[in-house]
Amino acid sequence: MTTPSRPAPDRANLLCGLIFIAFGLFFGVQSLGLEIGTAFRMGPGYFPLVLSGILILLGAIILFQSFREEHEPVGPIAWRGLFFILAAPVFFGLTVRGLGFVPALFFTATIAAFASRRMTLPLALVVALAITVFATAVFSYALGLPFARFGPWLPFAPPF
Amino acid sequence: MDLFSNLALGFSTASTLANLGFCLIGVLLGTLIGVLPGIGATATIAMLLPITFGIGDPASSLIMLAGIYYGAQYGGSTTAILINLPGESSSAVTALDGYQMARQGRAGAALATAAIGSFFAGTVSTFLVALFAPPLTAIALQFSAPEYFSLMVVGLVSSIALAHGSVVKALAMVVLGLLFGLVGADIIEGTPRFTLGIRELSDGLNFVAVAVGVFGIAEIVRNLENEQTRTALTRQVSSLFPTREDFRRMVGPVLRGTALGSALGVLPGNGAILASFASYAVEKKVSDRPEEFGRGAIEGVAGPESANNAGAQTSFIPLLTLGIPANPVMALMIGAMIIQGVVPGPRVIVEQPALFWGIIASMWIGNLMLVILNLPLIGLWVRLLTVPYTILFPIIMAFSSIGVYSVASNPYHLFVVAGFGLLGYVLVKLRCEPAPLLLGFVLGPLLEENLRRAMIRFRGDPMVFLERPISAVLLILAVLILVVVLLPAVRKKREEVFVEET
Repeated sequence: MTTPSRPAPDRANLLCGLIFIAFGLFFGVQSLGLEIGTAFRMGPGYFPLVLSGILILLGAIILFQSFREEHEPVGPIAWRGLFFILAAPVFFGLTVRGLGFVPALFFTATIAAFASRRMTLPLALVVALAITVFATAVFSYALGLPFARFGPWLPFAPPF
Repeated sequence: MDLFSNLALGFSTASTLANLGFCLIGVLLGTLIGVLPGIGATATIAMLLPITFGIGDPASSLIMLAGIYYGAQYGGSTTAILINLPGESSSAVTALDGYQMARQGRAGAALATAAIGSFFAGTVSTFLVALFAPPLTAIALQFSAPEYFSLMVVGLVSSIALAHGSVVKALAMVVLGLLFGLVGADIIEGTPRFTLGIRELSDGLNFVAVAVGVFGIAEIVRNLENEQTRTALTRQVSSLFPTREDFRRMVGPVLRGTALGSALGVLPGNGAILASFASYAVEKKVSDRPEEFGRGAIEGVAGPESANNAGAQTSFIPLLTLGIPANPVMALMIGAMIIQGVVPGPRVIVEQPALFWGIIASMWIGNLMLVILNLPLIGLWVRLLTVPYTILFPIIMAFSSIGVYSVASNPYHLFVVAGFGLLGYVLVKLRCEPAPLLLGFVLGPLLEENLRRAMIRFRGDPMVFLERPISAVLLILAVLILVVVLLPAVRKKREEVFVEET
């Protein structure tokens, strides 16, 4: 058994440091485009520029630490869950005005349902239907939230 | 007596039929979501927050929110006891002995102990809040920009001290949160910042959307990582009531837990968590049967649960008097208050006494409802644990989407949810706690505003923070906390504490 002269960098911390540095650079560069001002009269860019500097520094420390110690691995990543769960609110945002509340919610719930590997199409449709009926009754009829139930993208508006 | 007339005003506000109803719905919903394994109090509140905006009246919606908070906390204890899956670190201690009691078929007694202990602690600490809030407010009214700035620094540093894992990461999370908080129009000059030219972002990133994303979505996705069947102890929640012997053993821990929790809850950071750990340690030390701890000692449930609830209550003190959130839940409360047009801080008590005392009274009412509701409904909550996740995810996603959209009818907020959901999940996977980020996000604009005000008023002289006594003491405190956390000895101890917990 051979022991490597230097342990492999801890990937979680490596990535973590890089993410913080990237955010620091993003906010820092953007701040430079704003008026910085002086300590006496700080412009809009002053405080964020200072913070960005600190963030880059902290990111660099984390990056540096990643070469020194190793931790437990990152573990499984829920790719499928991530995809469907994130898609659901985006879909709702894109369609709630055009399709209207009722169809947008139905499809949103259906999409979210498939986040689980165990979901089947019939079950997803039943669950989505139940959610839509309940939410429409509560939010649209009972609480009277001002959303159009069916939107302008539909060729006809159902009479309810 | 002032205290009583104030409390009377509070109770007359909180106990209108409508407000009682909102409190009841809040407690029910809070328990309902909070009891779901893996979803802690913060995530629960973040997901339910939008619902309270539909009410319109600030007092009613904050009362409902308080109800949700207590419900969510109790729900977390229920999951901790029944299936050993604490949704929040503060109920992690409860799981140690509570789950053991449940395995011995004494789940009912454990749940009842948690409810009774919490109720007693809640009653005492509600009085403490009512007693100490007015004098503290008087002090707070003398604060000006430098003091506020330093106080917020203390709050942010303490949140780092109580986060899990690496201190540097927690610090970075705070700074990142502060930066996200600055997105949108500059407070003093109105210049749009970091909006990438998107007009919808000029009001800033929506707080509800960020909270739902970072806490709610990230937690749901984490739960999707391993979809195993959960084993709930659904069979044997037999005798509900603790025996006479149980009651006798409960008294001491409940009293000590209440005292510890009330004192530690005021600390910015997350005092309630600290309180439940401290209480467990104290009970183990004073007990004449320390070997029973970890094997189902009722003291190990009664003490920490009381401490936790008392701390949860007194953490309202810095929020109501200074407008500074002591923990992420209070940060959510601040967000809700601002959306309702109430600026949290020392002026609330003077300008809106009915709202102020109404919230305090509703804390007690919320606690009472918990006991009345949850003791008979324990069977129902237990059965809820058997609802498959497969069905829960679409339900939660649908309601969060509606909720976030209803805040401002702005589709952009839903994209923010997805963006921060992704960021939250990635950061959690990289072992970064989301709580400091959210605290930073809320405090970012306030911190900058007070810094800039202080600089303008004191001619750009940074020494002002050290020359003004209150500000200097606060900053020294912040440095001390940071130094202590970074000391190797404390660091090791801290790691042990958090290892024990997970």
